[in-house]
Amino acid sequence: MTAVTTPPKKQAQRGQPGQSSPKLAYLPILFLAFAIGIPLLIIVVYSFLEKPSQGTGVKWVFTLENYKALFIQEKLDGTTVLDTRYIKVLWTSFYYSIITTVVTLVLSIPVAMWIATRDARKRNLLVALVTLPFWISILIRTYGMRQIIADEGPIGKFLGLFDISFSILYTPTATILGLIYVFLPFMILPIYASAERFDFRLAEAAYDLGAKRMTVVRRVILPSIRPGVISGIALVFIPALGSFLQSDMLGGGKTNMVANVIANNFGQARNWPFGSALAVLLIVLTLLFVLIMQGAAKKRGDKVELV
Amino acid sequence: MSHSQTASRKRGKLVNLRNFPGFNPTAWFVLFFLYSPLLYVVIYSFNSSRIGAVWESFSVKWYGKVFENTDIQRALKNSLQVGFVATVLSTILAVMAALGLLRMQRAGKAVAMALIGAPLIIAEIVLAVGTLGLFIAVGVPLGKVGLIVAHTAFCIPFALLPIRARLSQLDMAPFEAASDLGANEREILRRITLPLLAPAIFAGALLAFAISIDDFITSFFVAGPGATTLPVYIFGMIRSTVTPEVNAISTLLLLFSGSVLIGSYLIQRKRR
Repeated sequence: MTAVTTPPKKQAQRGQPGQSSPKLAYLPILFLAFAIGIPLLIIVVYSFLEKPSQGTGVKWVFTLENYKALFIQEKLDGTTVLDTRYIKVLWTSFYYSIITTVVTLVLSIPVAMWIATRDARKRNLLVALVTLPFWISILIRTYGMRQIIADEGPIGKFLGLFDISFSILYTPTATILGLIYVFLPFMILPIYASAERFDFRLAEAAYDLGAKRMTVVRRVILPSIRPGVISGIALVFIPALGSFLQSDMLGGGKTNMVANVIANNFGQARNWPFGSALAVLLIVLTLLFVLIMQGAAKKRGDKVELV
Repeated sequence: MSHSQTASRKRGKLVNLRNFPGFNPTAWFVLFFLYSPLLYVVIYSFNSSRIGAVWESFSVKWYGKVFENTDIQRALKNSLQVGFVATVLSTILAVMAALGLLRMQRAGKAVAMALIGAPLIIAEIVLAVGTLGLFIAVGVPLGKVGLIVAHTAFCIPFALLPIRARLSQLDMAPFEAASDLGANEREILRRITLPLLAPAIFAGALLAFAISIDDFITSFFVAGPGATTLPVYIFGMIRSTVTPEVNAISTLLLLFSGSVLIGSYLIQRKRR
């Protein structure tokens, strides 16, 4: 018995970075429980509380009204009607995020494949060029985009030469364009990471064995970059769904996404409980999406780590 | 002869396969798309006209305005202070978490990973308003201390990414040798683990700093009036008026990000 247990025990005792005591992680976990865990808990609790008759904050009375108010409006005479305002906000957020994901995906596959097939020196430079925007403030990038697409901006001026009127700023198109612009590198980089590992001799082999070019793409190339595609979809869709700045700065506040409505309820509208209920809904939808993505990845046998 | 012909024919196919029709123009279009707004900001920061979109003449007057503006300087100072402290704290906590998690039991590890992953998955606005709620509930005054706490929290997962990646690739031999030669846990940590992790810790710290300096939403909610950070200040400027001054600040920030990136690249190359 002892003879059996000794070897693994001895191995565990041998020096490894893993020799550090798990106690080391207690302080960071405790800190995160305070600074991440409690805020999330507060949002959940607040979503079940009443709004005080004046001022901000909450009144400690349990209620389900905030969740009801997401879908139903109570009229003065006591009758209730379906309220589609917030369903529309959620739908808008979903719709923008899906378009953003699809467009960035369609653009990123060729770009990632193209970069992966350049020679090493050029490849490093191109990866650096795609990575650089990561390090530049999203605020500044969105502001740059706003100037480019402004009516009197460079595109508008150019089209003006041909008497074509150009006016997309403060429309949904502008918001979606801003989302695509900001999140595009998040899609290119993971797909590139997969494409870089792809052995192009496989495609060549398939080609030599008589596969048509599109068949090679569909049956050989796309399956091998799938892990990158799945990571990219998650990395674009999740932040796009909760994005705030693009609809605020480019959509002109006319087409609100869910983050803008949450922010407004914690700001001018001063309805923390309702804002919390909306935040809970956003968390649930995000987690649902993560589960679906993980399920899809698992079914295909891909190992995709979102965290 | 026929052999080389086959080879060249094959190579011809390979080149074909690597140069899909449309890939090349798409790639150049995307690069142009990514950089034209930044380029526009840089060029128009040197425009003397007050109206952003009309080019008048070359001028550095907006840079002069930026350097005269004490509000901007105060905001920059706040950003740097918060960014620096949050970077140091989040990097230390990330190293501790990375090492401690290696030998943690399954259940504890799952809880820890959920907490660490939360800022990556849950929309920032949700954590921002939750943090606001927390600070008001426990009486943390809105300001730099609160900002540092919030920034440290959401910087930890980013600082952790390169450290965990490096840990999983480490060669075990030095650890085994040290332990066989009688080194204790503390000595191994100080003389082997940390030096081997140093490049990853540096990369993690850099990432944390970039995330903190960039942050807008959380800072917007928890900074309070006294600790306005640069992104929050810029947001206010952009919202109220269109001013070429913002193009000048943006260009300076681009210059800063670029030089930090190039500097870190050079340092890492020197280390190798």
